[in-house]
Amino acid sequence: MSRPEIEKLQLERLQKIVKHCMNSPFYKKRFDEINLKPEDIKCLDDLRKIPFTTKQDLRDTYPFGIASVPLEKCTRLHSSSGTTGNPTVILHTEKDLQEWAKAVARCLHMVGLRPSDVFQNSSGYGMFTGGLGFQYGAEHLGMLTVPAAAGNTKRQIKFITDFGTTALHAIPSYAARLHEVMEEMGIDPRKDTKLKTLIIGAEPHSEEQRRRIEDMLGVKAYNSFGMSEMCGPGVAFECTEQNGLHIWEDYYIVEIVNPDTLEPVAEGEVGELVLTTLNREAMPLLRYRTRDLTRVLPGECPCGRHHKRLDRMKGRSDDMIILKGVNIFPIQIETILLQFKELSTDYLITLETKESNDDMTIDVELNDMFTDDYGRLQSLAKEITRQIKDEILVTPHVRLVSKGSLPKSEGKAVRVKDLRKPF
Amino acid sequence: MTVHQLSVFAENKSGTIQRVLDLLKEGNIQIIASTIADTTDYGIYRIICSEPTRAYETLRAAGISVNLTDVFAIILENEVGKAADTIKLFSDADIDISYLYSFMLGNKGILIFRTKDSEKAHEIIILNKLNFVAEKDLSTLI
Repeated sequence: MSRPEIEKLQLERLQKIVKHCMNSPFYKKRFDEINLKPEDIKCLDDLRKIPFTTKQDLRDTYPFGIASVPLEKCTRLHSSSGTTGNPTVILHTEKDLQEWAKAVARCLHMVGLRPSDVFQNSSGYGMFTGGLGFQYGAEHLGMLTVPAAAGNTKRQIKFITDFGTTALHAIPSYAARLHEVMEEMGIDPRKDTKLKTLIIGAEPHSEEQRRRIEDMLGVKAYNSFGMSEMCGPGVAFECTEQNGLHIWEDYYIVEIVNPDTLEPVAEGEVGELVLTTLNREAMPLLRYRTRDLTRVLPGECPCGRHHKRLDRMKGRSDDMIILKGVNIFPIQIETILLQFKELSTDYLITLETKESNDDMTIDVELNDMFTDDYGRLQSLAKEITRQIKDEILVTPHVRLVSKGSLPKSEGKAVRVKDLRKPF
Repeated sequence: MTVHQLSVFAENKSGTIQRVLDLLKEGNIQIIASTIADTTDYGIYRIICSEPTRAYETLRAAGISVNLTDVFAIILENEVGKAADTIKLFSDADIDISYLYSFMLGNKGILIFRTKDSEKAHEIIILNKLNFVAEKDLSTLI
């Protein structure tokens, strides 16, 4: 598709989806409040008349308040992993699921995967969209798809060798882990497996990390970008040029805004990614603030596709941490810590790489020496660990430290230290 | 029958114990015995000193995490087997000892221990006429 073709299709779809959104009590109210009518959207620039949608809106309308179709038309629900307060729920109709599978299939096709490939997915299944999202996409493309799911590394490797897996989806740190275990098992990924393509995403990683993983496993690794609010995987994907992620503009309108002023940034500048879904039925989102910081790469892609390219995500406009593919907000941890009267209000989260795995240590200050007993101190640390694990699904190492040894909470205290190294 | 012991939360990093010792020195408080056990992240530094209550206040005022705990301090004659005989009295009575340490003071042995069954421990001490250190003795002990 050429640029004019893309933009013509975008406008048609935008007008249609805005009209459809008037079935959503949430958007109907939003539009009425500022006296905006769907007919007022006459060109793509009119998009800016529409107010932003935020994650908070999703929480406030939990669980079904944004939906634009009655619940009986929906066939699937996904929910975000470990977020603060109410989780965010995304509904899908049968058509949404098909469109999602098509988008993922298009991504996989773009990096050269064909029905003759064997695709293994080491993502968590269930509510996490990386599982079912890739499953349906890979099946739609016609590949033999192995829903290996997360964990059990030795079994994962056995599947790779026994089933002749050629393409694998894994978070980058897990790909490194697989290589480590292969070495222990005396398996040379180049000789003993048919792996050639790796899909990595969900976890921030540098170009250097990508090259190292490619080198370890003897594969080409492609960066995938998705988020549950936008279905999941299949939003943007690298082509074989491995330089920027093409975002499917027949599915999404891309805006990059300054997160403080919410004004569009100059072309090619970094800002917050704002997405408008163009062909969702159950729960379209208009001008959704993703909180991800990136930029649109200028110029044409040598691959010939005209869909815009997003640069690798530069971070977040909020303080979300991504650990082992799980989204974590420090406030989730803080809320738990504040319930322990034995602790002060100061804490420090340290993220490190240990044996190629992400590791989280939380230093907490003992308010007072309330005991003379090691056992009591240890069970305090254990209880804090358990409650945090229940909340964020990752087990931290909780370390008691003496009062006054952590940065104070006045002003902007450093709460998170990310010392993770490229593996 | 018991004495106050300081229990300081000692983070496993250099300077922690030095700070406590310096504060006690400045306060002119003498240490009679002290012990520390190590775990990975932190230890508990236990101290018997000349003026525990004043020491406690001094450390707290300086922001040190400290606890004041009652422990038993039994005086033993300087003879082989005295510790064994004494501890046997407590273990025969099913008294759980959380921790124990000992040291020599002059020509006497001192056995410090903590138990949750302090009432039973009191009885044993009285019934067996054991010699013990009382709080008021601490300042004149050395």
